[in-house]
Amino acid sequence: MNFRGKKGKPVALLTVLVFVLGIFAAGCGGGTEESSADGDTIKVGVNLELSGEVATYGTGIKNGAELAFEEINADGGVLGKEIEVLVQDNKSQNREARNIAEKLIGEGVVAVIGPATSGNVQAEVPVLTDAKIPVIAPAATAPEVTYDEKTDTVKEYVFRVCFIDPDQSQVMAQYILDELGLKKGAMMVNKEDEYSIGLGNAFKEFFTTNGGEIVAEEGFITSDTAFKSQLTSISSKNPEFIYVPTYYKQVGLIIKQARELGIELPMMGADGWDSPKLVSIAGAESLQDCYFTNHYSIEDPAEHIQSFVKAYDEKYGATPDSFAALGYDAGYLLAEAIEQAGSADPEKIQEALANIKDFEGISGEMAIDEKHFTVKDLSIIKLVDGQQTLINKLKPER
Amino acid sequence: MEELLQQLFNGLSLGSIYALIAVGYTMIYGIVKLINFAHGDVMMVGAYVALAGTIMGLGFIPSLVIAMIACAFLGVLIELVAYRRVRPVSRLAALTSAIGMSLFLEYTMMYFVGAEIRTFPPGVLTERTYNWAGIIITNKDLLVLGTTVVLVVFLQFIIYRTRTGKAMRAVSYDGQAAQLMGINVNNTISITFFIGSALAAAAGMLIGMYYNSINPLMGMMPGLKAFIAAVLGGIGSVPGAMLGGILLGMTESLVAGFGGSMYRDAVAFIILILVLLVRPTGLLGKDTQEKV
Repeated sequence: MNFRGKKGKPVALLTVLVFVLGIFAAGCGGGTEESSADGDTIKVGVNLELSGEVATYGTGIKNGAELAFEEINADGGVLGKEIEVLVQDNKSQNREARNIAEKLIGEGVVAVIGPATSGNVQAEVPVLTDAKIPVIAPAATAPEVTYDEKTDTVKEYVFRVCFIDPDQSQVMAQYILDELGLKKGAMMVNKEDEYSIGLGNAFKEFFTTNGGEIVAEEGFITSDTAFKSQLTSISSKNPEFIYVPTYYKQVGLIIKQARELGIELPMMGADGWDSPKLVSIAGAESLQDCYFTNHYSIEDPAEHIQSFVKAYDEKYGATPDSFAALGYDAGYLLAEAIEQAGSADPEKIQEALANIKDFEGISGEMAIDEKHFTVKDLSIIKLVDGQQTLINKLKPER
Repeated sequence: MEELLQQLFNGLSLGSIYALIAVGYTMIYGIVKLINFAHGDVMMVGAYVALAGTIMGLGFIPSLVIAMIACAFLGVLIELVAYRRVRPVSRLAALTSAIGMSLFLEYTMMYFVGAEIRTFPPGVLTERTYNWAGIIITNKDLLVLGTTVVLVVFLQFIIYRTRTGKAMRAVSYDGQAAQLMGINVNNTISITFFIGSALAAAAGMLIGMYYNSINPLMGMMPGLKAFIAAVLGGIGSVPGAMLGGILLGMTESLVAGFGGSMYRDAVAFIILILVLLVRPTGLLGKDTQEKV
């Protein structure tokens, strides 16, 4: 071939042009070409932590969501179409969560479920909002995931299935004051962790404005493993209970070391306690008189909950944790929204989600309010010999 | 008063954990003049080996022995692979290699066992709590403190009363002269790593059981604190490491217990700096003349 000949130049230029166009088409074509709603299936993206630090959270959600879509498809799908689920692993990393969101947009999904943690959801939101694709975050409890308080703006395309953190503090404060009748509390908060600080501050506010008193407040950091100094100091102030809003790893050590010091006070906490590891770290005999707020309880006798627990056990051979229940609810919530929208157009789904008022899920009956906060019941779980028992369900006041 | 005593005791048991790691740290530094940053991670590997032992149904002592033997050989291997060739070049090169080894151990372990916390099966050690006039002590506290004291005595014996110890001291004083006197320097250093790493494994198992949780990054923070304890006590001095560890633990406990749980580390480090300003060689460190 002679590229330098008279006719050579245009040929070369043309080749380059075709090549460049090819890249262009490959790069941005995906989304526009297969505008999912027109196909035989409705594509739903699932962006989860299936490996890395919080893999257990993502795996639970994935199992729950897949079970939900399997049931929905077996029932004839949505709007007569089958739901096609595209599951991707974000390795528990912010950046990867965003890359996967971009990839899912390219695949032509109509909505995205996940990730599990508030941080990873916030990483993917800008990309998906630009593409006008709604997100359902199953377990992101930080209020700012859907609503920015500083600028008073709602993140229109983000929804969630779970309650928000201040609800947990409020319900726990209410329960302690009204049902247990305790007035003097102490707190231990992880000063490095937004989740723990947020819960602690909200708890203190609700508890003190409703007649309670916080007599001792101690802090620690994520890498700490020794808590006896703080516990000894708390114990000298004679509180009637200790509120420990943090994750199971530290909760386990704190409760174990408190019991070793002979501190038999009730311990209270939030959904970060929910892990089988809590029992293995603290030891079943230490976990007496402990209470925490959670999304649901497998002990709930309601029929739809028990049939979910049974179906999950048949499919995976395990009992579903909170994350599995939230993943399952996210799946059904999305199907419900598509049904109500009467179309699989992402913007219509967004509108339908914003108008959800009485969705009955495994994790409770829920409504989505104007800040995209989910209004629902919280379960209060008591631990006796390390065993969880559902003792109450309470709705927060707003 | 009772609270103060309890806080001092909390500090003693926390300090003996630092001391337990610091003893091995300082011994390796004393002989090889290398800050072995991977020491805390050898400790972590020891904890996992011991965990594997207990899961297979072995008791406390057999698991401890297996972990110590496995880590002793791991320590020798680490020295052979990562330090032997860079040691003579410069101290900085060896230090960098040690940091690399530390990260290598952490993330290799994470690849194989995952980042999840693991716990020892119940019943490996029956826990007891004693109440001595209002001061609460558990048998785990006594075990850690007792082990540290035994190890300090054992190391002092090896270093000052045996031929191997004599060779170690000679190598520490002047490696080249020791070699001219017919001492096999490389073998002596291997033995140092053998003993130091076995001690790390013992510390790993005890700490893993003390907190009943182990993970691939468990060596990081205690390793750093143990290093500080060793410097505070005079790096290279085995009794100094124990003293430094206990002082550090007590300071932390008193600061955390009396209102400053968020200033704990800051106060601990300020004390370290003050001690080093007054006594640059640490509390029990010897003034060594620079060799010409």
